[in-house]
Amino acid sequence: MFMSSVASIALGICLTGILWRIGRWFRSRIGPERAKSSPVSRLAAVARALFGLCFRAQALKLLAAFLWDILFQGRLLRQSRLRWLGHMAVCYGFLLLILIHALDDWTAPYLFSDYAPTMDPFRWWRNGLALLVLGGVLGMLIGRRRRAAGIHTRSWGDRLAVALMAVIVLSGVMLESAQILSPTIFADMVEDYMGADDPAEVAALQRYWAAEFGAVPIPSLGGAMDDDTEAGQAAHEAYCASCHSRPQSAFLSYPASRLLKPAAGWMDTYRVDDWLWVIHYLASCLALAILPFSQFFHLVATPVNLMAQATGPVTSGAPVLRATRRALGMDACTHCGVCTTHCSVAPIYRVIPNTDILPSAKLNGVKRLATRRLSASQTKTLAEGSAICTLCGRCTRVCPSGIDLQDLWQASREDLTASRVAILDVREAFRPGGAAPSLPPPGLAGSPPASLGLTDRPEVFWACVQCTTCTSVCPVVAASDDPQGDLDLTPQQIMNLMRLQLKEQALGCRMLWDCVTCYKCQEHCPQDVKVADILYELRNAAYQGVMPPQPMAADNH
Amino acid sequence: MANTTFLYFPGCKITPFLPRYDRATRAVLGHFDIRLDHTELTCCGYPVRDRSMAASVLAAARNLAIADQKGLPLLTPCQCCYGNLKQAAYWLNENSRLRRIVNGQLAEEGLRWRPQIPIRHLLTVLTEDVGIDRIRQRAIRPLDGQPIAAHYGCHALRPGHVVQLDNPLAPTIFENLLTAIGATPVDWSLRLDCCGHPVSERNPNLSRKLMTVKLEDAREAGAQCVATACTYCQMQFATAHTLNQEAGCAPLTARLISHLLEEALGLTDPDVDYQ
Repeated sequence: MFMSSVASIALGICLTGILWRIGRWFRSRIGPERAKSSPVSRLAAVARALFGLCFRAQALKLLAAFLWDILFQGRLLRQSRLRWLGHMAVCYGFLLLILIHALDDWTAPYLFSDYAPTMDPFRWWRNGLALLVLGGVLGMLIGRRRRAAGIHTRSWGDRLAVALMAVIVLSGVMLESAQILSPTIFADMVEDYMGADDPAEVAALQRYWAAEFGAVPIPSLGGAMDDDTEAGQAAHEAYCASCHSRPQSAFLSYPASRLLKPAAGWMDTYRVDDWLWVIHYLASCLALAILPFSQFFHLVATPVNLMAQATGPVTSGAPVLRATRRALGMDACTHCGVCTTHCSVAPIYRVIPNTDILPSAKLNGVKRLATRRLSASQTKTLAEGSAICTLCGRCTRVCPSGIDLQDLWQASREDLTASRVAILDVREAFRPGGAAPSLPPPGLAGSPPASLGLTDRPEVFWACVQCTTCTSVCPVVAASDDPQGDLDLTPQQIMNLMRLQLKEQALGCRMLWDCVTCYKCQEHCPQDVKVADILYELRNAAYQGVMPPQPMAADNH
Repeated sequence: MANTTFLYFPGCKITPFLPRYDRATRAVLGHFDIRLDHTELTCCGYPVRDRSMAASVLAAARNLAIADQKGLPLLTPCQCCYGNLKQAAYWLNENSRLRRIVNGQLAEEGLRWRPQIPIRHLLTVLTEDVGIDRIRQRAIRPLDGQPIAAHYGCHALRPGHVVQLDNPLAPTIFENLLTAIGATPVDWSLRLDCCGHPVSERNPNLSRKLMTVKLEDAREAGAQCVATACTYCQMQFATAHTLNQEAGCAPLTARLISHLLEEALGLTDPDVDYQ
């Protein structure tokens, strides 16, 4: 009674949580279209779109996506055969366990005419499915460890979910092996199915089980006679065999019970089997309850997202649908990390250690941006990660959950730009009245090799004779009617500041940030001053002042 | 021809923003039996150079090291990618500390940068490996003297001693190619100037001004279109099309070199308007 109410509560939490998460798809705001639509109008738009789909040829595309992407998980297969195998094992192993084992009271009458949990093939299947799930989880964990290269983006809820899955399966196996060994359960079953009245026949039966199957060990198993064996076998065939298979067919639990055999007496005294049952049951309830709040929510979000993606990229849909599609996409992430392994700018993370450069981590930041839960410093790192992304779209092409990541990066970039707070406006920091961050000291041993040291070496620019060639060939200067007013300093004036060792004064000038890096100044300089390279390095220095770099480990060869 | 297989480096922007440049480039190179290796590569480092030279060089060096490992020269149809890969190689050669650090990091992936990896731009492969004469012979549908302004782009041209594409003050490589496919290159004063893309986010007004001044100069020189050989320049000029429409003047379009070649070599259907 208590237990079934726990299950009901867990189911209630699960369903409420799923509805709450789905509700968030309509409240979360991301992208330039956000100001225009209310959650209700967004819900209505989705309903209209779904209704419209029924009458179009696109419905066939959806069917194909359902079969290939969802049932067969074809996108995963394209990524890696091994991961596909692991995920299919966990997915279908667990699904079947739920159907024919956890819900057997409801499903078995419809599926099988002769169902009994103690009978083969049901018990054999149960062990097989448990093995499938365990093997799949293990394989996926190993694969992920190898792939993620030290970057973990899963929350405590995600870890708990994976741990619970292991607890459920292992406690199930242990429970069955404890039952195999338990004299109390043997006695109960004798009473229920044999209507035992002859102690000699019961003893013979127990001896037969102990001898034949190694189950229900008897402390003093002596003096068994031939006719006793025959009596035991007769009782077994009369009362047990018709609905109880040989324990050996439980190919996970039976070997486990061999290991536990020495402790059988102790386990029976303390009714360890009951405790294991409670653990098994409660862990299952807990897993159900946290489903909407963990990685397991992808069971709902990923299939829906794959279907949505089958109708085309996010921006191909009506503007009112986009923010909803984006929120759905973010929920479909399983933190598998495939995007990061294919990310074009991932190598840059080794020099600029901001995890928001990597798509798998950046998605968490974008999620927080969408729900307004991003702190000022998190906004700064997200803005940097967002700016470094080249929008190459490779993450979108490889994502097994079919998330339109490229669209998410573009939409969140526009949001960051629109909400001025987020802009990493380096130039402003160095202008009069700005924050004027301090620059890292030049050329220290162990400091990151962020610069070539051009701006700290006098010989690089001391040849400058202030001839103004750089300024006169500069297209940015030429584009202005009032260079002094528009640009603060001309290139040649910046070179002069370098000669005077007043590097900091150049960092906020508009010339530095309007430089188009065309290298005409450097090409035309009669004194071979690396004007453009120096301007590049000054911008590097300003960025480092705003986002201080961390020392790198690799400078030890 | 010494090498007919290249490690193809399309860069980040081509696939999502100019997929037809990618297809046309491959079609043209394939037409001349140049084979391309399509190993997955990473960012060339150009977009991050403003932020960190070290990050930029590491990003470039990783791709160069993969080319070295495969023993293939690297080919890119993007001038900014080309320029940054050349810059990285130059500074790795010059600066031993940078080289040590970058190679230390590449070693984690079992890679190593070595100086001898050839870096090639589409223009130099077409001119030197395919050959101007061969292109002229195969141009079965020459462009009938169409006046075209060759836009050189900055990062592949300067600094000349680093990127080594052509004479940085008086280049001819692009015009020679245009002549070979039957176009008439126009002489215009801003042909070596910037398209404006690098400041398109930081200062959109300046970016637009540089571009419009440049396109106006090409138009005044009599050009019917501007020829580009760079992903970024092309993306920038594509924005001019909308600007021109808003201003109500005849659009001066920019066309990528691979598209012009594709057309002249007869690889496209003349009845289809690809623009």
